Amino acid sequence: MVTDAAQRHVVSRLWNDKETRSVIVQIITLVCILLLFGYMVRNAVVNLEAIGKGFSFSFLFQPSNYDINQTFIEYTSRSSHIRATVIGIMNTLAVAVCGIVLATVLGFVLGVMRLSKNWLTAKISYCYIEYVRNVPVLVHILMVHGLLVRVLPTPRNALVVGDGVFLSNRGAQVPKPLYEPLFWVVIAVFIVGVIFAWWFRRYARQLQDRTGRALPVFWVSLASVIGAPLVVYFLLGSPITWEVPVLKGFNFAGGYVLRPEFLALWLALSLYTAAFIGEIVRAGILAVDYGQTEASAALGLSRGRTLNLVVIPQALRVIVPPLTSQYLNLTKNSSLAIAIGYMDIVATIGGISLNQTGREMECMIIVLMLYLILSLLISAFMNWYNKRIKLVER
Amino acid sequence: MNTATYQPGEHPELPPPVSERGALGWVRAHLLSSPFNIGLTLLSLWFLWWIVPPAIDWFFIDAAYTGADRNACRATAPDGACWAFVGERLQLFTYGFYPAEERWRVNLSFVLLCVALVPVLFDHVPYRKAGLIYAAAFPFIAGWLLIGGFGLTPVPTDKFGGFMLTLVIGVTGIAFSLPIGILLALGRMSKLPIIHVFSVSFIEFIRGVPLITLLFVASTMLNYFLPPGSTFDLLLRVLIMVTLFASGYMAEVIRGGLQAIPSGQSEAADALGLKYWQAMRLIVLPQALRISIPGIVNTFIGLYKDTTLVIIIGLLDPLGIGRASVADTKWAGLSTELYVFVAVFFFVSCFAMSRYSLYLERKLETGHKR
Repeated sequence: MVTDAAQRHVVSRLWNDKETRSVIVQIITLVCILLLFGYMVRNAVVNLEAIGKGFSFSFLFQPSNYDINQTFIEYTSRSSHIRATVIGIMNTLAVAVCGIVLATVLGFVLGVMRLSKNWLTAKISYCYIEYVRNVPVLVHILMVHGLLVRVLPTPRNALVVGDGVFLSNRGAQVPKPLYEPLFWVVIAVFIVGVIFAWWFRRYARQLQDRTGRALPVFWVSLASVIGAPLVVYFLLGSPITWEVPVLKGFNFAGGYVLRPEFLALWLALSLYTAAFIGEIVRAGILAVDYGQTEASAALGLSRGRTLNLVVIPQALRVIVPPLTSQYLNLTKNSSLAIAIGYMDIVATIGGISLNQTGREMECMIIVLMLYLILSLLISAFMNWYNKRIKLVER
Repeated sequence: MNTATYQPGEHPELPPPVSERGALGWVRAHLLSSPFNIGLTLLSLWFLWWIVPPAIDWFFIDAAYTGADRNACRATAPDGACWAFVGERLQLFTYGFYPAEERWRVNLSFVLLCVALVPVLFDHVPYRKAGLIYAAAFPFIAGWLLIGGFGLTPVPTDKFGGFMLTLVIGVTGIAFSLPIGILLALGRMSKLPIIHVFSVSFIEFIRGVPLITLLFVASTMLNYFLPPGSTFDLLLRVLIMVTLFASGYMAEVIRGGLQAIPSGQSEAADALGLKYWQAMRLIVLPQALRISIPGIVNTFIGLYKDTTLVIIIGLLDPLGIGRASVADTKWAGLSTELYVFVAVFFFVSCFAMSRYSLYLERKLETGHKR
């Protein structure tokens, strides 16, 4: 009896001590998690053994036996699964990068439109944003793809958009640049221009800090980065020839082709994400108090300088964190490519490779890891950028 | 001519000039205030003229509302939508392949859902407390009604489809992701290192991968982790994955709310001698959840829209039913009608949710914004 009571006393003392209790709770949690994991791994081992499957990644080096319709590097159905995966990664990255660029541009336009003093413009932007945000992205992707494939004409009657650019239900045909040796001079001038612009910017800032004199950084940078290479390009007699696509039989030959799957995914993701970015931009601009604009006007800054030096830096501080998550969302949403047959990560290693080899576990692990790495890279980059523009508190 | 003379300060107030008030003044101020503004107005009008009339023509005026099949539609309405397709398949769009004689159960569940929503959405209803308990029990009641057993004819879950499936996945995800999300958020804010690390890695993993890959995991490899010989319903696996996915996002939203509560609140609770869970339940969470309501509703909307992804692993939500239907020769090639129909359905429900969130934000505005 006595020992029992004493024991109870010890237990209750341990439990009522905050430090000890936290240790006990954590140990119990850890044991539960480990037990659950152990149980699942044991099940997996038993299950895999029962159907005679091992766990190895050697299948990656076997030929894949399927074709991919958009490849940036050489690939045939004799290539290995790992090469197919690399192509999948490239395709995901291609659509994500293009989508992020277009979505940002459209989003800023939409955000500014919503704040327009013009009632009609603001309402058009509002209706667009509300419609797009409240409809699933998968419906957008399928709809855009359906429209591209069904509304656009056959290659024979392709729409001519510009010089050598054709739009048909087989996608967009664009001319392919063929570089002549002299073109490298233009590239070199461009690189020198970029370095010069960077140096000039630094010099201008130091000069302004020292003397208060401002230099026209924007125009000088524009001239050195864009202007100089253009002048050299034309002085050298345009050292690029364009391989224009021509209609041969039922389809085009020559030039580059942007396949309808890529176009549909790119447009749909951009249009969808742009609506969200538009709202973020609007909130960011509204977050900058109007007093800031008035104060800088009182200081005698011009409208352009007010925007550049006062409003935009403060708005960006509000805009960048949610913008990051929109970029991440766009990248993750690009996995819906599989619904329209664009060969991204999920469709290659997580789709056809998985079905052909029957290695669900290995393939899914690779897919999950790739997306995790991609997400971490994007957020690392955006965090770095966010830190750069962050308010320096003194 | 008014020749009356007034003492200074006694002049009667005159109305503003005609050009500054009424419809005319509004048009001048909002559409024509500067040359740039006039340009924008013209551009907008041109855009609307380009988009709206053709859309209305296609949607309503040139559309065919009846017809036996696609060709009949095309005969009566060559350039318009063919809504006869949606009309004929409406049952399928609503119930999927749920057996016809058991569909009253789906209807009943829907009515019960509406009843359960009332005490959740509005505070000034009689018997709110009982209503909330009923709402918490609703997912289980509905589960029993829909799946059957215990006196009802069992219906296999692969017969679920259409809008009913959307609602099943959406409501389950919403109902279970909130409590799990709260736990994860508390775990992430916890000072206990093991619980903190576990919560952070779970949340970051979920948020780092697309939902579609998790659904693939559910459909292809989840069975390997279950005891040998057991099979696990596909819908149930999808529900688990969708719930976990939403709870990762929910956790981050709630963490935002938790971080906005000054630490003085929980310190005061400590000083009053409240235990951790008491402090959380009575002091911190009510405030934190109130702040994070807009984010929570946004997560719900996202989850609800994401239910469409289940078609990729072969479940038949409205989009899946529709895609199967337009592959049929009878209604072949009507995919635009299908997508517009589904888009309208989602727009109506998600727009309602976002309006409700705005209403809540206004109602919960306590006046002392920080």
